[in-house]
Amino acid sequence: MAAPTMETSTATPTPTQTITIAKGLNMALRSAMERDPKVIMMGEDVGKLGGVFRVTDGLQKDFGENRVLDTPLAESGIIGTAIGLAMRGFRPVCEIQFDGFIFPGFDQIVSQLSKMHFRSQGKVKLPVVIRVPFGGGIGAVEHHSESPESLFAHVSGLKVVSCSNPVDAYWMLQQAIDSDDPVLFFEPKRRYWEKAELDPTAEPASLFTSKVQRPGAAATLVTYGPMVRTCLDAAKAAEEEGRDLEVIDLRSLSPLDLDPVFDSVRRTGRLVAVSESAPESSVTSEVATRVQQECFYSLEAPVLRVNGFDTPYPPSRLEDGFLPDLDRVLDAVDRSLAY
Amino acid sequence: MSAEHWTRPSRPEGQAQNGTAPGHPAATSAAPTREQVIAGLRATSEGGADLVQLLTPEGQRVSHPNFDIDITDEQLRGMYRDMVLVRRADREGNALQRQGQLGIWVPLLGQEAAQIGAGRAMRPQDMAFPSYREHGVAWCRGVDPTELLGIFRGTDHGSWDPNTTGMGLYTIVIGNQCLNAAGYAMGQRFEGRVGNAGGDAAENEATIAFFGDGATSQGDVHEGMVWGAVYDAPVVFFCQNNQWAISEPTERQTRVPLYERARGYGFPGIRVDGNDVLASLAVTQWALDECRHGNGPVLIEAFTYRMDAHTTSDDATRYRLDDDIEAWKLKDPIERLRVHLVREQLADQEFLDGVDAEADELAQRFRDFCINMPEPPPERMFSQVYAQESPVVAAQRDDYLQYLDGFADSVAGHNAEGSVR
Ligand SMILES: Cc1ncc(C[n+]2csc(CCOP(=O)(O)OP(=O)(O)O)c2C)c(N)n1
Repeated sequence: MAAPTMETSTATPTPTQTITIAKGLNMALRSAMERDPKVIMMGEDVGKLGGVFRVTDGLQKDFGENRVLDTPLAESGIIGTAIGLAMRGFRPVCEIQFDGFIFPGFDQIVSQLSKMHFRSQGKVKLPVVIRVPFGGGIGAVEHHSESPESLFAHVSGLKVVSCSNPVDAYWMLQQAIDSDDPVLFFEPKRRYWEKAELDPTAEPASLFTSKVQRPGAAATLVTYGPMVRTCLDAAKAAEEEGRDLEVIDLRSLSPLDLDPVFDSVRRTGRLVAVSESAPESSVTSEVATRVQQECFYSLEAPVLRVNGFDTPYPPSRLEDGFLPDLDRVLDAVDRSLAY
Repeated sequence: MSAEHWTRPSRPEGQAQNGTAPGHPAATSAAPTREQVIAGLRATSEGGADLVQLLTPEGQRVSHPNFDIDITDEQLRGMYRDMVLVRRADREGNALQRQGQLGIWVPLLGQEAAQIGAGRAMRPQDMAFPSYREHGVAWCRGVDPTELLGIFRGTDHGSWDPNTTGMGLYTIVIGNQCLNAAGYAMGQRFEGRVGNAGGDAAENEATIAFFGDGATSQGDVHEGMVWGAVYDAPVVFFCQNNQWAISEPTERQTRVPLYERARGYGFPGIRVDGNDVLASLAVTQWALDECRHGNGPVLIEAFTYRMDAHTTSDDATRYRLDDDIEAWKLKDPIERLRVHLVREQLADQEFLDGVDAEADELAQRFRDFCINMPEPPPERMFSQVYAQESPVVAAQRDDYLQYLDGFADSVAGHNAEGSVR
């Protein structure tokens, strides 16, 4: 799929405008760079091209080549040098071009980035953000549609978040850049062009919290990233059948903020956890475990999950079957309600 | 000293090459034969004619057209003292491991000159990114040897502050630090801390990354050199070629001498006699100055030898020949400088005895510190995982401490009960 080009973003946002997720991210980067000269972007093609998804569009033109770095093509290099730059007092924001290409950088992330604060007992802070466009549904070739977020949520010392809409994209990325901890920032690439109203004067929710995106009483859907849209659509369809579903967007995958989920399950008695990633040992596994620990007596049905499969991501002609869709989500809701 | 001095012993005349393929010693449980060890050796392990040397193994000053150096007698004596003290701490580290006081020790023996030369070439504002054997560099950066102990006793992962010492924490994953160093040096350049008036003005800085010959096979070292070159970063890549990566000889890592690889990245590569503290100092000073002037990076290959095992867990007799060690003993870095000092009457017996006495004191202090180190409290496990505490980790800490309290209560209660009766 060809990534549409965005027009170059202008200065600070005017009150209430309609933006896409990609635009929200671009505005967030611009705002962070304006506020703090130590914020720098680095990655493959992020400068002149503005990134393959145009998320960094126009930034190099306005902030120069020393703040928006078109790097050599090596992911360990991007993350490894970002660590050194952060030790020097910079706040690097790294772009990984596609989810499946983060693995050459995995070593630097788990061996150095995640451990330096603990190793030095707080003497060395690494405020590095790694942006990863993730997930499927764009008809891409292999390595362009993966959901590796659970691998990073498992790593102590990292924080892992995922936005699902333009408003969160705008606020969450700025908050991630402000964070003194390393943050893996997962962007739902197939939703980059979805629109919403942004009121930049509104108070944003804090970064490491989950959020009820739609209140409901019959069952709870908990999800994040690209699947939030799918779950909201499923809830809308269910409404037409007279079923009132609550949808919770986790937003933060590590640490998880599960109190709103526990509250919800205590009211609805039913939970379906949804994500695109392979289900075994995933974020949804963690949600299911902790909900049964905390809400055992409130549950009317076992926690059910709807995920991709424990297979490598399939050729794109099969991805519609791999990715949870509205029907698979509603089927799980049916099964839950049938208990 | 001629280059031949550095040539590895070649296969004895008339000894037929056995059927073993190069680099594939016949599988045997016995110690390798000389032929097996040198099978597959290429020119890579020779010092070669390009080796920069300022002090021969006999302790004679020699000149070098590009790397002459002004050094005071005081500085020479200082480097002798440095080397003797770090060697003594190192030997004590080995002994403490043998006595069960340390879980492991990574010996520095034989590499004192490379590290003290490089370490003393640094300025306070420079930054070092070490591997795990850089006890001599740590010493030069003002990190007391006792601060190394926690890593090997298992009480911490390094207790010094990289920001105030200009010494990064030890890096165990081979090669990672080369990229971190390149990034740090990029930052120095972005902040305008290179190429300022006078070139060596105090506001100019440089970074130096330490790694081994085995590390040169790692992608991160390659990427570090790519980044350093592309961003003209003021970074010196200081490879201590101690001939071995645990049991793998340098020939297992490269077909060309390591310093020659620099050409492929577009910056100078120099091979220095790593057992010659003067040459190591001169070459590193030059390289750091190049960086400060904005002409970096530079690759230095310090040609040296690991005189001890890889770590206290290693059995070097399984892969290494006594003859090799004997040959390298003749190039001992400390002995070389001692002979020079004595021959040139730069140091008298009183000075030498004084250094030895200081070494004895350091060894005693090192040992006492080690044995008396407090155990870390259980909450240390949860401390500083994040800059902004994670509620998940905080809850796990609280649960665990409460769980432990349960034991303390029952034990205390039991004792109290016992003492009442
Ligand atoms: C990525 C990685 N692989 C393996 C190891 C285990 N290991 C520790 S030291 C070492 C050899 C390193 O040799 P070299 O780079 O020459 O450095 P030296 O120890 O000789 O100073 C190995 C294989 C490691 N620490 N990191």
